[in-house]
Amino acid sequence: MKEYQTITEISGPLVYAEVDEPIGYDEIVEIETAQGKTLRGQVLESADGVVAIQVFEGTSGIDQKASVRFLGETMKMPVTEDLLGRVLDGSGRPIDDGPEIVPEERQDIVGAAINPYSREYPEEFIETGVSAIDGMNTLVRGQKLPIFSSSGQPHSELAMQIARQASVPEEESDGGEGSEFAVIFGAMGITQEEANEFMEDFERTGALERSVVFMNLADDPAVERTVTPRMVLTTAEYLAFEKDYHVLVILTDMTNYCEALREIGAAREEVPGRRGYPGYMYTDLAQLYERAGRIEGREGSVTQIPILTMPGDDDTHPIPDLTGYITEGQIYVDPDLNSQGLQPPVNVLPSLSRLMDDGIGEGLTRGDHGDVSDQMYAAYAEGEDLRDLVNIVGREALSERDNKYLDFADAFETEFIDQGFQTSRDIEETLEIGWELLSMLPKSELNRVGEEYIEQYYHEEDAEEAVAEAAD
Amino acid sequence: MSKAESTDGTATGVIQSVSGPVVSARDLDARMNDVVYVGDEGLMGEVIEIEGNITTIQVYEETSGVGPGEPVENTGEPLSVDLGPGMLDAIYDGVQRPLDVLEGKMESPYLDRGVDAPGIDLEAEWEFEPTVEVGDEVGRGDVIGIVEETVTIDHKVMVPPNALDDGETAAIESIEAGSFDVTEAVAELDNGVEISMHQEWPVREPRPTVEKRTPRTPLVSGQRILDGLFPIAKGGTAAIPGPFGSGKTVTQHQLAKYADADIIVYVGCGERGNEMTEVIEDFPELEDPANGNPLMARTSLIANTSNMPVAARESCIYTGITIAEYYRDMGYDVALMADSTSRWAEAMREISSRLEEMPGEEGYPAYLAARLAQFYERAGYFENINGTEGSVSAIGAVSPPGGDFSEPVTQNTLRIVKTFWALDADLAERRHFPSINWNESYSLYKDQLDPWFKEEVAEDWDSTRQWAVDVLDEETELQEIVQLVGKDALPEDQQLTLEVARYLREAYLQQNAFHPVDTYCPPEKTYLILTTIRTFNDEAFKALEAGVPVEEIIAVEAIPKINRIGVQEEYGEYIEELKSEIADGIRSLY
Ligand SMILES: Nc1ncnc2c1ncn2[C@@H]1O[C@H](COP(=O)(O)OP(=O)(O)OP(=O)(O)O)[C@@H](O)[C@H]1O
Ligand SMILES: [Mg+2]
Repeated sequence: MKEYQTITEISGPLVYAEVDEPIGYDEIVEIETAQGKTLRGQVLESADGVVAIQVFEGTSGIDQKASVRFLGETMKMPVTEDLLGRVLDGSGRPIDDGPEIVPEERQDIVGAAINPYSREYPEEFIETGVSAIDGMNTLVRGQKLPIFSSSGQPHSELAMQIARQASVPEEESDGGEGSEFAVIFGAMGITQEEANEFMEDFERTGALERSVVFMNLADDPAVERTVTPRMVLTTAEYLAFEKDYHVLVILTDMTNYCEALREIGAAREEVPGRRGYPGYMYTDLAQLYERAGRIEGREGSVTQIPILTMPGDDDTHPIPDLTGYITEGQIYVDPDLNSQGLQPPVNVLPSLSRLMDDGIGEGLTRGDHGDVSDQMYAAYAEGEDLRDLVNIVGREALSERDNKYLDFADAFETEFIDQGFQTSRDIEETLEIGWELLSMLPKSELNRVGEEYIEQYYHEEDAEEAVAEAAD
Repeated sequence: MSKAESTDGTATGVIQSVSGPVVSARDLDARMNDVVYVGDEGLMGEVIEIEGNITTIQVYEETSGVGPGEPVENTGEPLSVDLGPGMLDAIYDGVQRPLDVLEGKMESPYLDRGVDAPGIDLEAEWEFEPTVEVGDEVGRGDVIGIVEETVTIDHKVMVPPNALDDGETAAIESIEAGSFDVTEAVAELDNGVEISMHQEWPVREPRPTVEKRTPRTPLVSGQRILDGLFPIAKGGTAAIPGPFGSGKTVTQHQLAKYADADIIVYVGCGERGNEMTEVIEDFPELEDPANGNPLMARTSLIANTSNMPVAARESCIYTGITIAEYYRDMGYDVALMADSTSRWAEAMREISSRLEEMPGEEGYPAYLAARLAQFYERAGYFENINGTEGSVSAIGAVSPPGGDFSEPVTQNTLRIVKTFWALDADLAERRHFPSINWNESYSLYKDQLDPWFKEEVAEDWDSTRQWAVDVLDEETELQEIVQLVGKDALPEDQQLTLEVARYLREAYLQQNAFHPVDTYCPPEKTYLILTTIRTFNDEAFKALEAGVPVEEIIAVEAIPKINRIGVQEEYGEYIEELKSEIADGIRSLY
């Protein structure tokens, strides 16, 4: 391996060096500073004689006398089942004073794309115990379902609640045989405080044993964030598809990841895309999110819950926008609902789970599930609309029908959504609450629910009460 | 794509630089659009720029680890697809490599590099049945025989368009029925040309036709709002723009399932892997509404998902449309869905920026508009060179950033396509599906397709539609007032109009793609639902005139049953009964 002392330019997170041998794209580089510090980086561009290197730890301390070594391989993640229970830094090195990790394999972190022909369609219901998700935006194994939030919102609490409560009902009743469950947590640029919340929750619930934690904190090098999720997902794929685990991946905060991409793009003087983010950000994000899924003939699965904080709570911002175009739905955490004290403050209207339809229904959850959810969506949306009108004309000016929808919308928030971060509801309970709410409306309004289900589940008394109340 | 058998040594160059999917090479003797093999692993690429001694190549596979100094070999052939029996019931990547074959060759569920495979199985044997005899004169494009490609589709074996000149004919020297693989000659012409079941065609070049005709038959989709309000013609073009989660893919899937085309080419361009898996798993199980055969028997899939190489995303659209044209040449009506053309445009943008071309609007290359136009121009209702008629309908999803339709891809697409199905996030949020905005959408084919609907469905198809459109327009206006004063402040007749419009929205415009019955609605049912709502409308207004208060009218028990017509399999009887129940119920009020 040759060493070069040929750095010609240092700019932001990038270093340019002259070389006299061919260097591959994406190859790993070690840079040793005059002070003896070793930094790691990756080849971004390689043209005859000059390579551009992105340095993970940042370029401070590097000068033209630093020496550059090309390791002749692309970045690898050492993987083994022993990673479970360990805490690593953003580049996959242990930081928990645990024993040395002896890898079983070293896998390329730029995962190859899964052949669409080899995938298996995800359709196993994951019960998260959260009504807003299970009832209205059902999560399935192998799905990628992000949380769209904004700074200062309790998205971490929601993610922790899901990680804590998630189970697959069918397997429980089977006596729990089947694959084991693991959580991989990838922190990118979050604060020490947020990280502690997660760690404490993991330790308190004993979840750490079945978790792998990757920590890149706010004061860790920004460029490292571009490799952290790849380390995370490489580990996830290994555990899922080679060791049969059902892996839940939580990545937080994708916004910080995208900022790091933008920083590198700017340093390379690339033509920027929308709002300064690189034009290839869609492809880059897709290469992460598409690593969720199931593979035919393999036991395990990779389910992803990426968290992102929308700058300005604006979902047309490129980060949530591109994410939404790739993921299979999204869960919105809503500041207004949060300030009303709802826990979790999930706004179901813009939320969506695209894989819901195949994961629910007879034999999976319950036959009426889809209809109940559709009807509650429509009713809540209608009630929501009327709230604006009420502010102008007052309740008295509204018809009896409209008033019922207003009541429905209020009850939907307080009864259905606001369950608390510590409560877990099974799907029966969630649907039961749904029927209580739907029974506030006259049967004839339930045009999205099959007649047989109305017959079976509709609470006649509630409707009568509602009628009686309205008559008073 | 099939790998060239051999390449001569002089066509070899040396890599000079690598930047993502773009590689430049020195000393490569090549023409524009030649296919080359890059690096020690032989990754497939295409020449996209030549400047002096430097050739720029877009590489259809991941380039990590590829470095300067490695060789580049030229095949001397433009990027082409293999055409022949075996393309239906197949799934390809963006350069027509069969994904099932790749899985086998790579022995892994992950896509490895440097593995190639022909687009059609070169060894499979097909039963060839001649349709011409020795001595018959044939010209280019003429059908000389058929093979049963799938239960649904007879594959026509044609004289390749480039085997003879335009207007030139030749006599069949020999032709025989029997079992052949696609490489074997099934016929010989008297000028020595041998014809096999296999053709190749460069993807970036439209296959020749005689002329484009005005399309006059609808591509019936079984989707009420499309057939009823915004129909597309066989040979027509349509765009479906909408923000994420608004229903582009579901609409495209619905069309692929239920449109009355002979052949479906579905191009998943830079979208999700699971969506393609869904098609692969569902289509073999689902029935073709035309004949009950598995849907896969008429479908060819191209899947270049978002995480697959960007350059192959750029080419997948061309691969798809070339396959579509080939079946059109056989006289079939082909419908091509491209989900999403925005990802295609972004692939162009990404490569263009790596080439450091001068960016146009929002970083897209200046040729974006031209490329979009060229693509949609390849759709149409054609007279083929063999005298048959066939069509390619092209339906492209558009994914505008932030859902804002003023961006370049949406705008440039709208300039070309004649059907516009605008998806609306607001409707999607309230689970009004398909969330096609009826105020913004349009179809420029409406008038030329009306005669068909009047002939095949109902004489008053067009006037009934106009009635519905008028009610919906009025609703839009009234809603603005309602926002300010509430519904009860409106005069009674307007309240009634709102109620009629509500049924139009709920029972007619909405359609649940996931309900086993509602998912497909034949035009007759589409029409009858409208007439039922109209019955309600007419009876209700008569009652109102007779002095019955609006609350009493709309409280008639039978009326909400209108919303259940969609899910009725035996809708004829249901509708008849419902109409009289509604009429009786309302008439009994006065
Ligand atoms: N006709 C329909 N009937 C029932 N549900 C529908 C219908 N159309 C869309 N949906 C619902 O909307 C969801 C999103 O639709 P779809 O995946 O087609 O969106 P999209 O516009 O393709 O989004 P993206 O741009 O992110 O790919 C579906 O998963 C489904 O739940
Ligand atoms: Mg889509």
